[in-house]
Order: sequence, then C-alpha cells, then structure tokens
Amino acid sequence: MPLATEPITINVGPQHPSTHGVFRMRVTFDGEEVIDVEPIFGYLHRGSEKLAESRTYTQIVTLTDRMDYVASMNSNMSYILSVEQLAGIEPSPRGVWLRMIAAELQRIASHLVATGFFLQDLGALGTPLIFTMRERELVLELFERLCGARITSSYMRPGGVFMDAPDDFWPALDRFLAEMPHRIDEYEQLISGNEIVMVRCDGVAVVDSQTLINASVTGPMLRASGVDWDLRHRQPYEYYDQIKFNRPLATASDNYARYIVRVHEMRESLSIVRQCIEQIEPGPVRPKEVPALIRPPAGDAYVGTECPKGELGFYLVSDGGVAPYRCKVRAPSLINLTLLRDMLIGYKLADLFVTFGSIDINMGEVDR
Amino acid sequence: MVYGFGLVRGMGVTLKTLLRPAFTVQYPDRRVGLIGAARAYGISTPGLIFKRPIKALRALLGLERIAVRPTQSPRFRGNDFTWYEERCTGCANCAKYCPLGIIKIVTVPGGIDVQEGESYAIETFDIDTGRCMFCALCVEACPFDALHMGTNFELSNFQREALVITKEELISQPKYPSTWFRPQMEESAYSPFDDLMEDMKRAGRHEMPSVELMTERWVEERKTDEAVDD
Repeated sequence: MPLATEPITINVGPQHPSTHGVFRMRVTFDGEEVIDVEPIFGYLHRGSEKLAESRTYTQIVTLTDRMDYVASMNSNMSYILSVEQLAGIEPSPRGVWLRMIAAELQRIASHLVATGFFLQDLGALGTPLIFTMRERELVLELFERLCGARITSSYMRPGGVFMDAPDDFWPALDRFLAEMPHRIDEYEQLISGNEIVMVRCDGVAVVDSQTLINASVTGPMLRASGVDWDLRHRQPYEYYDQIKFNRPLATASDNYARYIVRVHEMRESLSIVRQCIEQIEPGPVRPKEVPALIRPPAGDAYVGTECPKGELGFYLVSDGGVAPYRCKVRAPSLINLTLLRDMLIGYKLADLFVTFGSIDINMGEVDR
Repeated sequence: MVYGFGLVRGMGVTLKTLLRPAFTVQYPDRRVGLIGAARAYGISTPGLIFKRPIKALRALLGLERIAVRPTQSPRFRGNDFTWYEERCTGCANCAKYCPLGIIKIVTVPGGIDVQEGESYAIETFDIDTGRCMFCALCVEACPFDALHMGTNFELSNFQREALVITKEELISQPKYPSTWFRPQMEESAYSPFDDLMEDMKRAGRHEMPSVELMTERWVEERKTDEAVDD
C-alpha cells in the first residue's frame, strides 16, 4: 500500500535569515517536493517613491542609496541620468568617467555579495562568504576614499560627481585592479567545478528564456539563459559606447549558470574600470552652471541602466517645481522575484533557498 | 577529470589562505605581547620590563590590550559634526538642504552688532544625529564653510535625547573636521586623524571680516547713502 501524504503549507520568513531581509514565502510541500510558492513582500516598504515627491532633486540621491543598499552607486547613477535627461544637463566628461568607475566597482561588490550569499544558502557556511566579503571590503575602502561613506555613498550629483577623487585613490585603485583577478581565480578554484556545488546547482531551477523575457526579467538572470541583453551594450548610456567589453552568457539557465555569469561579469567590470582609467582626463567634475536647486521644465524622463541585478530605471515626472511630481522606480529585484513560483515548482525543499539566493535580490529595492 | 578533483582543488585554496596573514582587524582593542606593548607605549622592550614591570607581566600573560583605531580616509563622514561659531552667519542654508529637516537654528538680531539687524546671533543650533543619515548635504550647502562633517563614529548612547548635538556641545568638542566637500583642506594636506583644527581661519575659503572692517564698511555705505539722499 503506498503511503498517502497530505500537502503541508510552511510559512518561511519574514524573519528567516536566509530570506536576505524581510521576505515571506508561503510554500506548500508534498513530502519534500515544492508544489506551490506564494511570495509575500512589502515588509520593508518605506515609501521612497512618495517621499521623493516632497524632496528636491539633489536630496532624492540620498533616498536612492537606501533602495539597493548593496549597489548604491548604481542606483545613484540611474537616478542622476534621469534627472539629467529631465533637466537637460550636459555632464562634465571627468564626472562621467568617475561615475562609471564607481558604478563598475560597485557592480563587482554587488556580485561578490550575490556569490557569497548564494553559496551561504547552499550550505557552504563561512568560507566562500567570508572570502567574498574580504574582497568587497577592498571596494568599500576605495569608496571610503572617494566619498567618505562605504555603503550609503550619495556620491553623484546632477552634472557629474560631488568632488574629484583624492590623489591617494588612484594608486589604491591600481593595487585593487592588480589584486582582484587573482582573487576571482581563487573563487573559481574553490567553487566552480566543485562536485558538491555542481550536484546541488546544475540543472536546478531551470527556466526557459521565453518565460524570462515574458516576465521582463533582466540582468545576469536573463543572460544566464543565453539572451544577450545588456543595456550597456544595447542602449549605451554614459560613455559605455567608447568601451569594449564582452557580455558573458550561459545557456543552461540554472542556478549554476547564474553563478558563473556573475563571476565572469566581475572580470569584465575590472576590464571596464581599466579602460576608464586610460581614458579619463583632468578637468572639472561638475559643470559650474548647474544650479544648486534644479527646476526642470515640465515633462517626463525615463532612463534605464544596467545594474548588478538588472535594469534599474527611474521614471520622473516634473511639473516645473523643485521636487518631482512623480518618481517611479523600476526595480529589477522585484521583477526578477516574480518568477520564483515558476522556478521552484517540482524541486525539493533544499533547492528553495539556493534558488532564492541565485536570483540575487535586495529587499530594500523590492519593497522600496 | 577525476571525480572529486574539484573538492581537492578547493581545499588547496583554503590551505593557501590558512598560510596567509590574517585579514581581520581586532576591534576595539587587541591583545599585545611584550614587544607589541613596548611598541605601543613607545619605549624599548627592556625599558618596559624594568620601568613598568606590571605592564610587562600582563603583556607576557597575554592580558595587555591596546586600543585599535581603524584606518579611515580623510573624507570619512563620521557620526558627528564640526562647527565654527565664528564663521556661521545663521543663514540656515544647511537646515534648508537637509533632506530630513533635523537641523534647528534660531537666530536673534544682534551678535557682534554693528547695527541691529545686520548680523544675527545664533541662539540654537541643534542637530538631531539620532535621525541624521550623514549624507553631508548640509556641509555642501554651507556657503561660509562653517559646518563640516566630523570623523568620530563611536558615539552610541542609551538615550535618544542625548543624540541631539546642541550648540554648546558643538563649540566645546575637539574639532577634527572631515575633508568631505572641502577641497582646500585636501590641498593643504590636512589629515583629521592627527591634526586638531581649532583655528577657524584654517578651515575654509572665506574669512569673516573683523568687527573693525565691518564698522568701516558700514560707515562708508552710510556716507554714500547720505550723498545719494542729498
């Protein structure tokens, strides 16, 4: 006689350490197999979009820091590009190069966090996470030299950046660029091809590229399914059209592919930073004519940028005042999370958090 | 490839890391041995043993601890502020720029009064650091370089009210301003970690005119006004 089992519903989170913040999943299991997942979010909602309506354009930069706090420079850049398009500000070249350097460094830091916590969720307690955090520390030290803060940077301003990099920043950046490829090699030695990792990740949570495109998923998650979609290449913003870089792709679209795409993207980011250093020229970092209080003409602007997690876009509507009439954020974390149900059904309990980690979300950005 | 080779290769990395010097930093203090203690107190090791035997014994037993100050960049935005009363005109630009509106400024006409209404004395200058997010937009807004970020960050407290920095505290605390948004400080190779900057003249681009100069200017202006009136 076969053993009859009843579906059991388990509530995961919102205070679960593996949910990367305050996220709740109502998961229904049949034995050990996942048959239904219902993501519930909104526990970290701070109303950033509404708060933006009562702040001036410069003040909103501080809010964007706190959306994706693992990649604040990228959030800054996305917002600032929207403001520049809205107000018709022509940025200073040196400011743009500095912004690109900061954004690419931040991409490395964010991918390090994603890789580390993905492996932590896999059960590799300690070693890989501590390794990646060690390297992230090097990036954060660079940011401390650059803008005085490690996480909530508020570095960028409409028209460029707030201040030129200090003299001691450039040697430190060179040291970092010389050191980092060896460290990435180390991760590859440690993790890529490790049998335990392969057994747990290879062929787990496969989604086909058509589903991903239909759900408007972007970023490394989409590139892991073989779709060559990178906004830096497709709609070059800043000076990305003057930079040569590869777009690492994988075709398997499973957890391992998502991991390996991130590792290769870190190498590409390093090469982008090197090219930026070659092309940067002395000059002002912010045009003098940009006023302290910006009053853009009535209208709207949307700029999407390629953030570590996907396309982050700010849609700003101005009514001619000092504050935006409406600020809508297209948050990649939220949109990538919507496919969680499709990814998990049919897999086991142990794959739940691994898959969740491989999406690389940030609750600050999901709930805003 | 042999099954299991990936694991062995990974172990090689862990072994290599084991042989490297530690990356972590002990904080807020770390244990020192005899030589480390001697170096921390700035004397030779025999000197420590003979002059301060108790310290030397404690160091030998591994009980001696010295405070560690983490390395910070000169631009570091700490959890406090440095404010120069002589520079501040009470224009409240910082309060207007603050995204959270946590700077409270109350001014009264007077101060170093040349004529009543021309300059303002600052009665209240409160910064509620309990709600502050240290974005330093107030520092950017200050036209007279009166307000700077501080570099201190070890300022935890049990009372929320104690986190409000008042005018008196701002005046009395030691001044180690951060070089955030102050290019003139970076040019003069100033470092907030070994340089106390009590003198307000060193801090900024603009200098407040002296009382004599202001009086002179006021008299000049009045003269021209009278000439126009006639």
